[in-house]
Amino acid sequence: MNKVINIAAKNNIKEFDALIVGGGGSGMRTSLELAKSGLNTAVISKVFPTRSHTVSAQGGITCAIQSADPNDDWRWHMYDTVKGSDYIGDQDAIEYMCSEGPKAVYELEHMGLPFSRFENGRIYQRPFGGQSKDFGKGGQAARTCAAADRTGHALLHTLYQNNVKEGTNFLNEWFAVDLVKNSKNEITGVIAFSIESGEVCYLKAQATVLATGGAGRIYASTTNALINTGDGLGMTLRAGFPAQDMEMWQFHPTGIHGAGSLVTEGCRGEGGYLVNADGERFMERYAPNAKDLAGRDVVARSMVMEILEGRGCGPEKDHVFLKLDHLGADVLNSKLPGICELSKTFAHVDPIKEPIPVVPTCHYMMGGTPTNIHGQAFSRNDEKDFMVSGLFSVGEAACVSVHGANRLGGNSLLDLVVFGRAAGKHINEELKSGGGVDKASNEDIELAMSRLNTLNESESGYEVADVKKQLQTCMQSYFGVFRRGEFMEKGVKELKEIREKSENLYLKDKSIAFNTNRVEALELQNLLEVAEATAISAMMRDESRGAHARDDFPERDDENWLCHSLYDPVEKKLGKRDVNFVPKEVEAFPPKMRSY
Amino acid sequence: MELSVSLYRYNPEQDKFPYMKNYKVKKPKKDIMVLDLLNMLKEDDVTISYRRSCREGVCGSDGMNINGKNGLACITPLSEVLRGNKLELRPLPGLPVIRDLIVDMTQFYEQYEKIKPFLQSDSKPPEQERLQSPKDRDKLDGLYECILCACCSTSCPSFWWNPDKFVGPAALLQAYRFLADTRDTKKQERLEELGDPFSVYRCHGIMNCVSVCPKGLNPNKAIGEIKSMLLTGTKEDKIKVVGLE
Repeated sequence: MNKVINIAAKNNIKEFDALIVGGGGSGMRTSLELAKSGLNTAVISKVFPTRSHTVSAQGGITCAIQSADPNDDWRWHMYDTVKGSDYIGDQDAIEYMCSEGPKAVYELEHMGLPFSRFENGRIYQRPFGGQSKDFGKGGQAARTCAAADRTGHALLHTLYQNNVKEGTNFLNEWFAVDLVKNSKNEITGVIAFSIESGEVCYLKAQATVLATGGAGRIYASTTNALINTGDGLGMTLRAGFPAQDMEMWQFHPTGIHGAGSLVTEGCRGEGGYLVNADGERFMERYAPNAKDLAGRDVVARSMVMEILEGRGCGPEKDHVFLKLDHLGADVLNSKLPGICELSKTFAHVDPIKEPIPVVPTCHYMMGGTPTNIHGQAFSRNDEKDFMVSGLFSVGEAACVSVHGANRLGGNSLLDLVVFGRAAGKHINEELKSGGGVDKASNEDIELAMSRLNTLNESESGYEVADVKKQLQTCMQSYFGVFRRGEFMEKGVKELKEIREKSENLYLKDKSIAFNTNRVEALELQNLLEVAEATAISAMMRDESRGAHARDDFPERDDENWLCHSLYDPVEKKLGKRDVNFVPKEVEAFPPKMRSY
Repeated sequence: MELSVSLYRYNPEQDKFPYMKNYKVKKPKKDIMVLDLLNMLKEDDVTISYRRSCREGVCGSDGMNINGKNGLACITPLSEVLRGNKLELRPLPGLPVIRDLIVDMTQFYEQYEKIKPFLQSDSKPPEQERLQSPKDRDKLDGLYECILCACCSTSCPSFWWNPDKFVGPAALLQAYRFLADTRDTKKQERLEELGDPFSVYRCHGIMNCVSVCPKGLNPNKAIGEIKSMLLTGTKEDKIKVVGLE
């Protein structure tokens, strides 16, 4: 039976100008730009596009559109983002995102996104963590544009709808296995298969855009969807391309205890706050000014400290409470209806009456494939960046890098529309001015088939579910909110064994039609690549910065580590790459002590 | 205590006909979701196939028929659906089955695309956003939240009969989402495309859509609004009576 799926993909080719891998927000913003430009564009997505993880984003999209505050300034947003990144976000990219942001947000509104509104009819904005006016001197800002607490859902559906309007080709429920790389190290497309029919194809393209999102499923406890398995990064790492800042994982302060579902920061933006077992609003101690709206890394660490010091809530003292009842039923029902629903379903509490039990939960991958603001992927040779022809990346999969060591709430949705749009524009110009890539040989195509073939031919080996559990437990135990060298070394060692197993998986189910066993096995191998990159990067960065907090190196070390880390998957070594401190229009923000 | 789970199984390469397969599972101590239970079963039998993604009721992947009623597996607790420790899981009714609990949703998506599910406006967009009062924006509540899980359309007898001609509750809810949007200027054209005897009028108010919607939406009400717009037009748009000329 497995013969059918092993039909050499070289005989089955679909050709496009641009191929976007991933049908979430960033992928569909890219494809929308390209479809409008008239290029033959296809989106391949392992789920129907509106099932992508962007749908789970709640609180909003942060952008200085001067609605809540007519004096707001994108430069203030830029300052907050640089500070939030603990100074390793690239300032040229952050400048581009914050200044182009308003255009991208207005476009979304024109496409029909049902934003909530102020009385004057403009887009509703709410306060989010890490936001300030006047470069940190003017108090809390309200800069996050929202559609109630379902902004991601509204955004993703709006983008899908507009792609339908523009006639984008969708290959839905197709899975990308590996990149096809020719002898000149150019990317010429991917090997992929239809999950429904099993048909294997070489999807050939002049530009391949990885918009595959994050990989939160490397952890046992995460707000991420089950599909967030880092498939794009798995492909680039296997192809020998580096990944940047992989030690930087955001733990969201408020995941529902036990279930992991996200509770938006917008709850605290609307006036909610965290309390410990004594009923104390403890964030006042850790961040006297911003309190519950400090950076996410700061809030998450404070919560863990409270729990470690015995002031956690519940019989196990293993969580804290998010108090919302004082906001009243009206605010909760109109501004946070989705949260009320989720709390009832997953925490069995009605936030109108009782607090929600929450705990820091893995949420976002700040690292990824290094790119410039056009989405072009970089690799490195002899300490020098060079562009990988044909390869692009956008959204959470990419590291452009606007989030540095810690992302601000509401900046992920902005990242994906701004850079999805930018990549689309760039690819359009590049391809229309004659750019493109050479052919791949049959051997190149066969090589990209080998992972799938090995799996299909497996006759014995390890069970997917077992190995996945080991991987997730390992990452959760040794690479969580607080990290320590000796434990991480243990974790890296364990990952070596897990790699051995993940390369010897047994695909029990060999059938063709909608074989989810096959998909999960391939996903697990991607998780492993991401986990290993994370582990080695985290072990090597011997300082604390942003989300990367080390017990054994509690201080930030600007002398040695005011830089990106760059993980080389071939040598399994960590290099360094300069942070950009040269924005175009404003003066760079120099590193300062970061306090809230 | 043991649970008896009866699962609809069909693999087109092996099975001439679908069949129900029984699984015995130890009843979990705490109340878990139907999706958690499926994940447990799949660890032992990797061939069990179903869609899932967000596992929190917002992506709409895991709509299925749970003890006779359509719902999302990820937000349906066992305690709500178990009958005498028995659970029967079947694919959404009325659509072709690809494998096990996975249905072919092509017809469902085609109906969605048919209603032109995107904002259409004759006016050039301003430099900033289009203005909309909170009151006008409120008209979209209960409409835009649809997650396209298909629980409603596949519980609708009218959709079972005419999945090609009756638009179905999910897509009609979206049709009304754009009819109700003050920013959309194609109301007349939208209504004209719905005025035939099948697209809307096959809805007989059976209300299954309302009783199964996992997001608590009310497609039946939206369909009622569309019918009334078709018959009387809306005052502000002076829409002519469609289908009754």
